Amino acid sequence: MTRKRRRLLVLVVALGLLGSATALMLAAFQDSLVFFYSPSDLQAKGAPGDRSFRLGGLVEASSVTRSADGRTIAFRVTDGAHAVPVTFRGILPDLFREGQGVVTEGRMRPDGTFEARDVLAKHDETYMPREVADALKKAGRWKEGEGLRPTAVPGPAAAGGGRS
Amino acid sequence: MVMHRFANPARFLRFAAVALPWFSAAAVLCMAAGLAFGLFVSPADYQQGETVRIMYVHVPSAWMAMFAYTVVAGGSISALVWKHPLGEIVARAAAPIGTGFTLVCLVTGALWGKPMWGAWWVWDARLTSVLVLFFLYLGYMALLGAFDDPVRGGRAASILAIVGLVNVPIIKWSVDWWNTLHQPASVARMDGPAIHSSMLVPLLLMAAGFACYFAAVLLLRVRAEVAARRIRTLRLAAMEAES
Repeated sequence: MTRKRRRLLVLVVALGLLGSATALMLAAFQDSLVFFYSPSDLQAKGAPGDRSFRLGGLVEASSVTRSADGRTIAFRVTDGAHAVPVTFRGILPDLFREGQGVVTEGRMRPDGTFEARDVLAKHDETYMPREVADALKKAGRWKEGEGLRPTAVPGPAAAGGGRS
Repeated sequence: MVMHRFANPARFLRFAAVALPWFSAAAVLCMAAGLAFGLFVSPADYQQGETVRIMYVHVPSAWMAMFAYTVVAGGSISALVWKHPLGEIVARAAAPIGTGFTLVCLVTGALWGKPMWGAWWVWDARLTSVLVLFFLYLGYMALLGAFDDPVRGGRAASILAIVGLVNVPIIKWSVDWWNTLHQPASVARMDGPAIHSSMLVPLLLMAAGFACYFAAVLLLRVRAEVAARRIRTLRLAAMEAES
């Protein structure tokens, strides 16, 4: 019985140490484990030089413009607090539209515009039929890109972070 | 503990004989109902359209991938600490099933990611941690057979399985701890599921079907392994009697 006890104790202690080590490591690498930076992160920390990085947020309403030849598209990515102008030349994912979450990859130009090489669409965790979405929108209980709200009170935009 | 009663192989075999047909029937029924509901009755999503139906396979297989790994680690713990004869057998039996679920999860995820996100694969925290889970399964199974002495192989593999257990909570909460391209949890969340009931019903049906499938195949594999060990013991005894 004591040997079983001892094995269990060793296992529990080892798992505890392993868990704390993992937690410390993940906390230390917090900044490199995020998939994208929000416009507020850029504002706070500045762009990482000439390096390529990902910028994520919502496509700002009525900010999408297309160039004359229709191949270059310009829009602003916002997280509610700050917005960054983005240009992109290429094929957009089907889900791309104003108010939709996007993650763009590219680099910052000196003039403060983000030049994207790649645009990915990010959708939220809400799933519902179109009729339900329309009814909720009509009742003012829900706005696309903000998740479902239990009441009609509009909360602060939950963009930028993981819950956009 | 209740599980200790089933740690006895003879008792377990009696339980398996009774439970196996029930789990098999429930798996077939739930999956058939879930597929019919998911493919024909449930509506298209307001933003994802018809591709949302991939969810009915992708999400249950992701859940089962994590659950099967927990079973592998739990069996390994009981094998290492209490030396239960069934612990290691259950862990060994669950590993290939879990690997299959993980593979299905990764493949359907890629098929879903391309049309919705615009990429087959991205290195965000959720996708990467699930890939790590896949490699943990492969590593566990490789270690099992890597030693001439199966007991040593079993012990090394058990330790790997237990160490890999830290990855399971990382998978679950990766979408909350870091910003990812993968969206946060839709079903298991504090303020109730963010998924309409017409889509939640087929999802839960499929999840129940996958769980029963896992249980049925696990019982089958454990039964086969117990039989194989018994044959081995009998052969050894026969050889000793001859000599």
